[in-house]
Amino acid sequence: MRNLKRLILAVALIVAAPAAFAEDFKVGDITVSQPWSRATPAGAEVAAGFMTITNGGATPDRLVAASSDVAPMVQIHQMSMQNGVMEMKEVEGGLESPAGGSVKLEPKSYHIMLMHLMHPLKEGDRFKIELTFEKAGKVTVDVAVGGIGATKAPGA
Amino acid sequence: MSEQDQPRPPLSRRRALRGLAAAAVIAVGAGGSLRFLWPRAQGTNVTIGGPFRLKSPDGGVVDSAQLTGRPYGVFFGFTHCPEVCPTTLSDLAQAFAAIPDLPADFRVYFISVDPERDTPDVLKEYTSNFDPRIIGLWASPEELPQIAREFAVYYEKVPTSDGDYTMNHTAVVFLMDRNNRFRAAINYNESLDSYVKKIRDLIADE
Repeated sequence: MRNLKRLILAVALIVAAPAAFAEDFKVGDITVSQPWSRATPAGAEVAAGFMTITNGGATPDRLVAASSDVAPMVQIHQMSMQNGVMEMKEVEGGLESPAGGSVKLEPKSYHIMLMHLMHPLKEGDRFKIELTFEKAGKVTVDVAVGGIGATKAPGA
Repeated sequence: MSEQDQPRPPLSRRRALRGLAAAAVIAVGAGGSLRFLWPRAQGTNVTIGGPFRLKSPDGGVVDSAQLTGRPYGVFFGFTHCPEVCPTTLSDLAQAFAAIPDLPADFRVYFISVDPERDTPDVLKEYTSNFDPRIIGLWASPEELPQIAREFAVYYEKVPTSDGDYTMNHTAVVFLMDRNNRFRAAINYNESLDSYVKKIRDLIADE
């Protein structure tokens, strides 16, 4: 009977674990949560990747590069709105991930800019982005694609 | 957080126009190296919009003179735009769907500020993702400064580290009444309800 209970518990953990942790990716002190993107209109050659980067360490780190097999050119950009004007710029020297804090890549702010897309991104797709942090090193994250006008991660 | 993030009370038209006029800076040349301010505002009498004749992707021409009697919208953007353009066009399409009595001939014209990359064919494919009432219009590199000035639209090329470029641009939907006069602006990330209300008001306006 005790063995049966253990078995049930073990099965429950196996089933529950992927659901609870599927969206988190770790390397060193860095945790990347809930990476997502949006479906792209046919004819579009760019897409944006969003995620939350948390640095659990005592020293700041930096996201210095990103790459992906869906786009040959990937950069870290910041978007802002001023007086109705949308402004975009590349983040010089990488995006700081403060010690013990989080930085959000989200609409109207920082994003991973995927340029010259090899193919349109479709809602429900998943693709990978490799992130390089100055101290923590490289981590590959699995990006979930939401709808064209999505404002948050699919299922969030 | 900018004020655009907040649900905002209807701005007085004058205040809205002043904000647009403040953004009326035109950039010229590769890399946006040369800029000049266009003194559009004279006192508070700011005019948004003006006559245009631009190529539509089906091979025809859209002439603003022929739009008299029909309200319409204008939005400037570019297809290499990761966020604000697809989101705005997607929001417009959702707003159209929420207005069952929206006339079939209502149009929002998507004018590219990146005419070199956004050829008429590219524009046609791009706008086809949203709603048949959203039509891409191609202003040639020679025509673009003029229409941008008329709508007090700012645009500029921003070179990226690998020799490519992206663009900064005014991201406002201009709603024009049946007399080709500016009636209201929709700012980025206004709620869908706000899109619907402004478009309803526009088409109800005599």
